[in-house]
Amino acid sequence: MEFEYAPAPESRSVVDLKPSYGLFIGGEFVDGHGGAFKTISPATEEVLAEVAEADEADVDAAVKAARRAYDRVWSKLSGAERAKYLYRIARIIQERSRELAVAESLDNGKPIKESRDVDVPTVAAHFFYYAGWADKLEYAGLGTDPRPLGVAGQVIPWNFPLLMLAWKVAPALACGNTVVLKPAETTPLTALLFAEICQQADLPAGVVNIVTGAGATGQALVSHPGVDKVAFTGSTEVGKAIARAVAGTDKKVTLELGGKAANIVFDDAPIDQAVEGIVTGIFFNQGHVCCAGSRLLVQESIAEEVLARLKRRMSTLRVGDPLDKNTDIGAINSAEQLARIRELSAVGEAEGADRWSPPCELPDRGFWFPPTLFTDVTQAHRIAREEIFGPVLSVLTFRTPAEAVEKANNTPFGLSAGVWTEKGSRILHVASALRAGVVWANTFNKFDPTSPFGGYQESGYGREGGRHGLAAYLKGGEL
Amino acid sequence: MPALTSPGATGDLSDVTASDATLRRFLHGLPGVDQVGAEARAASLGTRSIKTTAKAQAIDLAIRMVDLTTLEGQDTPGKVRALASKAMRPDPTDATCPATAAVCVYPDLVGVAKQQLGDSGVNVAAVAAAVPRGRAPLDIKLADTRDAVAAGADEIDMVIDRGAFLTGRYLQVFEEIVAVRGACERPGGGEPAHLKVIFETGELQTYDNVRRASWLAMLAGAHFIKTSTGKVQPAATLPVTLVMLEAVRDYREATGQMVGVKPAGGIRTTKDAVKYLVMVNEVVGADWLDPDWFRFGASTLLNDLLMQRSKLATGRYSGPDYVTID
Repeated sequence: MEFEYAPAPESRSVVDLKPSYGLFIGGEFVDGHGGAFKTISPATEEVLAEVAEADEADVDAAVKAARRAYDRVWSKLSGAERAKYLYRIARIIQERSRELAVAESLDNGKPIKESRDVDVPTVAAHFFYYAGWADKLEYAGLGTDPRPLGVAGQVIPWNFPLLMLAWKVAPALACGNTVVLKPAETTPLTALLFAEICQQADLPAGVVNIVTGAGATGQALVSHPGVDKVAFTGSTEVGKAIARAVAGTDKKVTLELGGKAANIVFDDAPIDQAVEGIVTGIFFNQGHVCCAGSRLLVQESIAEEVLARLKRRMSTLRVGDPLDKNTDIGAINSAEQLARIRELSAVGEAEGADRWSPPCELPDRGFWFPPTLFTDVTQAHRIAREEIFGPVLSVLTFRTPAEAVEKANNTPFGLSAGVWTEKGSRILHVASALRAGVVWANTFNKFDPTSPFGGYQESGYGREGGRHGLAAYLKGGEL
Repeated sequence: MPALTSPGATGDLSDVTASDATLRRFLHGLPGVDQVGAEARAASLGTRSIKTTAKAQAIDLAIRMVDLTTLEGQDTPGKVRALASKAMRPDPTDATCPATAAVCVYPDLVGVAKQQLGDSGVNVAAVAAAVPRGRAPLDIKLADTRDAVAAGADEIDMVIDRGAFLTGRYLQVFEEIVAVRGACERPGGGEPAHLKVIFETGELQTYDNVRRASWLAMLAGAHFIKTSTGKVQPAATLPVTLVMLEAVRDYREATGQMVGVKPAGGIRTTKDAVKYLVMVNEVVGADWLDPDWFRFGASTLLNDLLMQRSKLATGRYSGPDYVTID
């Protein structure tokens, strides 16, 4: 019997968006001096709100507000007092979780089941985790009297807007820094809701400042002489530009950039779970994940079987309305990103790889791309080397563990990797040979605030999360 | 790992049961089940939101899949007659409410159930072969089965010898299933009783064992594989059922034959039942969404399905006083 799921949309009425938003500077929303831009829902192209574009003067005002708050209030508070604010923020995030999840799915296009079950709970967990560190920094192994850096300028991407905010803001505040954060141009809304949460939590004015805008705003922020620390998550291209901009200054920098992770499936893997892990690895969040398992390396002896199972599983993925609770794959975040995914997929075909997608109906409006698989891919293909940042998986094969490791490491990136085998010794051996910041064994794309995250080579430097994440926001904090 | 789903593997399965050694090699060569991954997959399917028309469809399908069960020492002909009436007309106030798939009783009450059900289309299932312990000599198990078949049972639910399975005597377990399947034949000819093989997964403990038991039973000719007797906790769970569904899916790929799946014990609410149906739908597909291929072994589930059914139809909850207690 055919079993059709009726639409099960999450209600939009739980989120109350204003028609326009200013900049959050010194604890208040203020008008910017620059223009304004529209943020849209990528699923429908409907305008959600108008947002101010911060110019250099606005960024300067935000950095000054952060400096004032640092000098007068935040650096003078005890760790226990800072923790109280962070705990309060974490609890408000939990209380407003449904609203935040809906806002995130509207603005970003990601399925509500992910914003509801992954993004927002992990955001709250991150604030709880770093709240716990705030009065224990002396015991973090970073010296007996670790001191904050001052003002952090933070620029975050559009793929996990609120979660990346949490990764940046929570450790910075716990360590006693104040921040100026610039959310991505296409996904500013949850950061602006977070500004409201800071007000609700009575966070001292200027401890968190949020300046919206595009590349120029971000550039103004990271180059501002009043910024002591730059933290960036985003593309390798922009990351390199930031590294150049801060070169020769005293600013400390952490960069979390792109990836082209290998997900390695050995012939003794738990096949059904490996197939799930391949799907989670590349189709989670439409593949807009820097640590996505975008290169499947499968042992040749089981490649045919794994691919048959993977295709069958991909045929059950539900693509569509991000607010429908049964949607597995939502909308591509922007027209620009969709164009890039299309371009690289076309290159894949032109280079002779075999392209496959399950039959799926895509909505007429908005930005959509079906889950896609490329087989007959070799290391020489661009789709095996460049980050596509979309729901596109390149499948390569290998014969021996040594070949798997060699191919996995043969990339300018090095953010994450996955290993699938029932053999414990193989997991340990391969994991230690892989040049990647995170190696998942028999799972993929699992995130936890206690675990450090970061990359090798062109995937960036510095670690976020866990005890290691404190080092980026403390003086002399190199672990 | 045996390439179970690759073409050409089909013919090889007959050699698998040639000896204890070949059977063991085959079962231990099946791909492992990662516990964390299997449980995560089951939990994620459990978050599907089934509303309005889909929910109505699921509830009616679930009612049609219920094996309405009573397996108590205190069962009497009166109790079984009442249960059989309920199975035929679960909601006496609503003629559109479908009947359940079967009534499931101990062998001595098969005759009573059969008489009450007549040609209603509701089957009589009997637990036989020394359920729930399964620890009687084979000839007693076979006699138990033959009695139930002779009394008119349409379906036989047997349980494997977990002691033999956990000792690694797989061929013994296999041969017992084959023998009970033989006892399901009707002496005068006619359609043999369908055989459901219970694993008592709560005693097998690991998902690897569940996968091996599934293949063992399918190789031995089971029509259905079933989680539990209902007498051991934990009984049916979503991840155990997931592993069994994957096994029947792979078995069909290898042999072309379909085998049914029956989670039993512990499924009490409509919400639970819907989660199972979602799992069937997304793991093995629409072919299994049929009472011939998927059943719920349950006693209290039916009333919750009926209450939810009337809630959907009328917009309000009727409450437990408006469904029958049998």
